Amino acid sequence: MIWDLHCHLNGIPGRTPDEKMARLIEVADRMQIERLVLFMGAPFLTAPTPEQFSEQNDQVLQAISHWHHRAFGFVYLNPEYEQESLLELDRCVKDGPMTGIKLWVAKRCDSASVDAIVRRAIELKAVIYQHTWLKSTGNLDGESTPADLHALASRHPEASIICGHTGGNWELGIRTIRDLPHVSVDLGGGDPTAGLVEMAVRELGASRVLYGSDVAGRSFASQLGKVTAAEITPEEKQMILGQNLRRLMSPILQAKGVRL
Amino acid sequence: MIIDVNVSLSRWPNRRLPLDETSKLAATLIQNGVSQAWAGTFDGLLHNDLAAANKWLVDQCRSVDEKLLLPFGAINLSLPAWEEDVRRCHEFHGMKGVRLLPGYHDYTLEDPRFRQLLSLLAEKQMLLQIAVRQEDPRTQHRLLMTKDVDLKPLLTLLSDFSNLPVILLNAVSGSAVELHGQLVAAGKVYFDIAALEGLAGLERQVQSLPFERLLFGSHSPFFAFDSAKLKLQESELPAQSTEQITHLNALKILREL
Repeated sequence: MIWDLHCHLNGIPGRTPDEKMARLIEVADRMQIERLVLFMGAPFLTAPTPEQFSEQNDQVLQAISHWHHRAFGFVYLNPEYEQESLLELDRCVKDGPMTGIKLWVAKRCDSASVDAIVRRAIELKAVIYQHTWLKSTGNLDGESTPADLHALASRHPEASIICGHTGGNWELGIRTIRDLPHVSVDLGGGDPTAGLVEMAVRELGASRVLYGSDVAGRSFASQLGKVTAAEITPEEKQMILGQNLRRLMSPILQAKGVRL
Repeated sequence: MIIDVNVSLSRWPNRRLPLDETSKLAATLIQNGVSQAWAGTFDGLLHNDLAAANKWLVDQCRSVDEKLLLPFGAINLSLPAWEEDVRRCHEFHGMKGVRLLPGYHDYTLEDPRFRQLLSLLAEKQMLLQIAVRQEDPRTQHRLLMTKDVDLKPLLTLLSDFSNLPVILLNAVSGSAVELHGQLVAAGKVYFDIAALEGLAGLERQVQSLPFERLLFGSHSPFFAFDSAKLKLQESELPAQSTEQITHLNALKILREL
């Protein structure tokens, strides 16, 4: 069972979200990927206005509308617009089919304005995906580091939070969030560097490690290869490739009456 | 059958890798159907005694299986008497080619010594590998920061060396599509697929580069070997094209040396 935590419509050929989705599923089938989590539309917008993130979320809602048996959506928000983000969260998760939240690079996640979003996510049992990177070349102004995520997650021990990209510089990212058992790591979106998965499993336990690809910028292949080639047990691979994500999303899926 | 044109032996400078023992890497390659791998050495990144590093590389290849691991010595054009390292790679070790790591050796391809190297390799009928990058700059150790190699100077040089096979390692990505096409048109330039990304990336890649110029490369053990192998599964290519990428193109390069 393979569930991919991290997929985008951006970069996939197609004139409409439906066409892009059909292509995404076609290629996912070649890799035996059963379920996909989508967030954000096309093109990528680093600091979207409320109108823009609503439009991006509409693209995802449309894309998954014919694929509820294969795909989930996370709502894209911008904490710079706290009230509008809370309304959008209700629109797409409480009153819509989405099951999680995506926060990207509009505002660093240690800021207080993210707290209201996290509190609402906890009420809705939504999973929170926060992009993180610690770039040797320097981060964007609003780009969160694993340390920012640690600060946020420490304030919300009941939240289900995912450290995007394992912080990019994963040896540092893993160390940073190690002491927070409610924080998992996303393996996607970086080069298929050998040793990442082994360190994550050793330091965090396999139950906190999630396969994600970050297609279409990345390939399914390069990101799956991190897991399939890792020197860990077959059982640990199964957890990382799908079981963990299913477990993380089970509370909200049950609340929505989704049967798997 | 797979010929992997992009593997390295020895240790990555700032990390132990799961397959950084030659015997473990060799076993993984064999297990994955690799019949031959063109091996450089990570020691070439920072060592100054490259004669010793290249000798070690040859010994390691022989210790496993000479037919499996084909050594490609490291050449650093910033070192005094680098030509002697080329001579030893050719005459002592019988290497088919050498590998440049310009990002770690502080020169550009505009450097006159690069042209000299091309002349030398053409004369000796050796092929050239250039590692365009080894690691994403965003994840590099802050005290070991390198930039991707600028390939534009190569374009003008190729007109004088149109028969010299040049393999660009870890170069294929979304950017520089136009330049890559120009390089292929200008000479015998090849790309490996280790750094290729994107949904069904190979299908997209062959729209801008011909099958005949793509080679299977894994960048193991720095990258997980499965990454490159699964790319063949993710894209639907004609069987003949897949065979060209996995081994026929590499065999042709060796045959024509």
